[in-house]
Order: sequence, then structure tokens, then C-alpha cells
Amino acid sequence: MITFEHVSKIYSNGVRGLQDVNLTIGNGEFVSIIGLSGAGKSTFLRSINRLNDITEGEVCVNGRSVTKAGKKELRAIRRRIGMISQNFNLVKRSTVQKNVLSGRLGYYSTWKSILGIFSKEDYELANDALERVGLLDKLHSRSDELSGGQQQRVSIARTLVQQADIILADEPVASLDPITTQKIMQDLKQINQTMGKTVIVNIHSVQLAKQFSSRIIGFKSGCVVFDGTPEKLGGKELTEIYGRNILEEKEGAQDEA
Amino acid sequence: MRLKDTVHFNWYKHLFIAVIIAICLVASAGVTGADFTEVFGNAEQMSIFMARFLQPDFAYIPNIIGPMISTLQMSVVGTAIGVAFAVPVAFLATTTVTGNQVLTTVVRFFLDIVRTIPNLLLAALMVAIMGIGELTGVLTIAVFTFGMVSQLIYEAIETVDEGPIEAAESVGANKVQIAFWSVAPQIMSQVAGYTLYALEVNVRASTVLGYVGAGGIGVILNSSLALLQYSRVSVIILMILVVVAIVDGVSEAARRRLS
Repeated sequence: MITFEHVSKIYSNGVRGLQDVNLTIGNGEFVSIIGLSGAGKSTFLRSINRLNDITEGEVCVNGRSVTKAGKKELRAIRRRIGMISQNFNLVKRSTVQKNVLSGRLGYYSTWKSILGIFSKEDYELANDALERVGLLDKLHSRSDELSGGQQQRVSIARTLVQQADIILADEPVASLDPITTQKIMQDLKQINQTMGKTVIVNIHSVQLAKQFSSRIIGFKSGCVVFDGTPEKLGGKELTEIYGRNILEEKEGAQDEA
Repeated sequence: MRLKDTVHFNWYKHLFIAVIIAICLVASAGVTGADFTEVFGNAEQMSIFMARFLQPDFAYIPNIIGPMISTLQMSVVGTAIGVAFAVPVAFLATTTVTGNQVLTTVVRFFLDIVRTIPNLLLAALMVAIMGIGELTGVLTIAVFTFGMVSQLIYEAIETVDEGPIEAAESVGANKVQIAFWSVAPQIMSQVAGYTLYALEVNVRASTVLGYVGAGGIGVILNSSLALLQYSRVSVIILMILVVVAIVDGVSEAARRRLS
């Protein structure tokens, strides 16, 4: 469970990232975060694992305060929160196996991880994760030999070996083609449904948000302006979030194509 | 067509610069007392030197193989030590992993000082501290390599892809783990390339280090010159040329394969 209590974030240049955000995300939810660029979607997501600090309020994950955690406790909390990003964030020169195993780093002492001494169970965990995303045959391939969609699946496998309860996805499909986009979103949905992991996705496509999520949160200038089920997100709500009803325009554009 | 419509429209500026350069040249020649006629006036001396120099004493080769090898050993060991220290310090010289601006500033200031000491001066200082011998040469090369390579490496670290660093942070990795797992794989081939480059530079430099007593082939070169044994000098110089060419060739081929 993730709770935001009166969370605000003001960047050092004065930009307001978040403004008095109060919400609770339960276990096993599939949440999509929508909003214009700069509306605070990334700031919100990155506040959950404190990749950026907040200036006011408190964020808790599974009852533990992320905001007040010391260095060591923060690392322990982060172990249980996976993150995938638009840029995949893989070490391109390293093998797929190494990238996936790096999801276990938080569980190892510095020395063991430097020498690459991983347990047999963790190697199996990595194999299972890669099998789940259909890339077991790429185990020893260099990551930059893979296509964008495959690289994104490697980063999903990394969150799986992490055995995270929560997966944060920052624009996971922004750089992928429509077919791969569907596959990646289905992978995330499947992980959400069969493994019961909470998935929170920042996404620009309202259609995808409606198609996959159980809950949609709309941000505008750092404030939550919509929070509800996909069915409740209509033209009026979209106008509130984006300044105009983009869904109709988008559907129109698709009809032409 | 008038001159001001052509590419030479600001010819007077170019002329002005040319005049300034000419004045500087003539003035500096006057100050230092350089005189071209002297070069030709000493032609006789030159021909005597060249005559002996062009008769290399190949029988002397067995005597210089040992010092040549020790010069190479000095370079290899010195380079290895220098790089071994340069890598961790380079990490401290960037905020990429540490996030500590104060530490970075202090480390860079220290590295700037190390780098400003010229090679030969460093060798002379080391001889004064450590005495004459190969160990002095090794240390000189190590310090010199450290200064040169650490800068190259920290510049490489500054340009790495930040994505994997963020990924490692988000799984709960600590800073050392981030250095080894996210940054090191991205700079490894560059470090190998810089090491080979440093080795090339060091082999060339170490032939001269013997001049100030830091061991290797420079010692023999120095004494042969002092004893006016130009036939030996030419053999030594030929030997250095061949070895440097080989090392450069091998290292360049290796670096090309790396990239």
C-alpha cells in the first residue's frame, strides 16, 4: 500500500512539481497516471521510491515512511519497488543476464556483488524472470543487440528478480511501436493479475490507460484533478486534465488512418 | 570587381597579423641571440658528427638489449600502478557516483597539481628522494600516468549514460555497487584504451628518463654521448626507434580492436 499525505514538491528553480497530493494506492491495483508533460507525473512516480525528495508531507510504502527513512532503510524499501523507464536504463555493454541479476544488488553485500558471487537461487530467479518475458534464449547476449521492446522486457525481468511488490513504470512504451506497446502493456497487466503486484504507469496515451488500468489518476500542474475508474473518465474530465477533450480528436485521427 | 567584394575583403587585417608575427619572430631571435649563420658555420663539425653517427656499431647491440628490456619493464609496471590508482581516484573526481561536490573539487585540485609537474622534473625529484635506479623510473612513470589517465577517465565517467545509475539506485544498490555495476562496464573499454595510450607515451618517455638517473636505456645513451661514442649512440637510437615503433603499432592495433 502506498499513501501520500499532503505531499508537495517545489523544485529549486521554483517549479511546483506536486501540490498537496493526498491519495492511497492499494495492493494489486493497476494505476495509470495521465496528464500533460510537466504536470507532475514523473515527480509523483519518483517520489514513491524517493528518486526525488519531496518538500512537504509524507510518503509511506507498506506502512514504512519513505520520507523519513535513513540511507540504509531507504535502500531496504527500494529493494521492494521495481522501476522501469522509457529509456530501459540497461547497461548496454553488459549481458542480459548481468542486467537482470543487477535487480538483486540490494540484497547483497558490497564485496559479494563486486566479485559477482550470486546464489544458485538467484541465477534461477533470473532464468525464471527471463522465461516469463520470453527472452531466456538471450541470456548471454549483449543488451544493445536487442530491439527496444526486448530491452524493455529485460528491464521488466529485472524488476521481477527484485521480487518487488510494486512496479513503477515511467513512460514504459513512449519509445516503442504500437505492436510492441501492446505486448509490453500486456506483460505488465499479466504480472499485475497473476502475481498480484501493484503496477503504476505514467502514460501519455489515454486509450492505453483506459484499456489496461483499474484506476486512472489525472494530474494538472502538480494537483490531482481526476481519480477514478476508466469508465468515469469522460470528455469533461479529460478537458479538465488536458485543457481540451483530446479523446475525441484522437479517435477521429485513428478513423482517418 | 572591387577587392572588398571578394573573400579578401579584410586583407588589411591579415596583413596586420602577418606584420605582428614577423616582428615577434625577429624580436625573439634578437633577444635569444639566435643566428642562422652559426648553423652553417658549424657545417664542418656537423659532418664529422654525422660521419661517425652513420657508422652504427652493431656489435654493441647485445649490451643494450638488457637495458632496453628494463626500460620496457619500467614502462609496463609504472603504467599498471598509475592506472590502478587512477581509476578509483577518477571516481572521486566526479559527482556522478559520490554526489559530493566538495570532495570532487578537492580531488581535482590535487590532480591538477600532479599533472602540472613535467616528466623530467618529476624524475629528477624522484632521484633526489629515492636515489638512482629502475625503481625511481617506475615511480616516476606511475605518478605521471596517474595524473594523465585519471583526467581521461573522469572525463569518461562524466559522459556515461545515467539511466543504469538510476536503475541501480532504484533497486537499492549502494554507491560502491553503482560504481561497479552501472558505471564501470560503461567505461571499461575506454580505460583499456587509455592504458595502452599511456603505455605508448611512457615507453617513449622512459627512454629519456635514464638521463636524470632513473634507469633503463637512457643511462647508456647518456654515457655514450658523454664519451663521444657516436657509433654506439646511433645504435641505441635505432634500437629505441624500432622498439617504440613496435610498441606503438601493437598498441594501436589493440586499441582499434577495442573501439
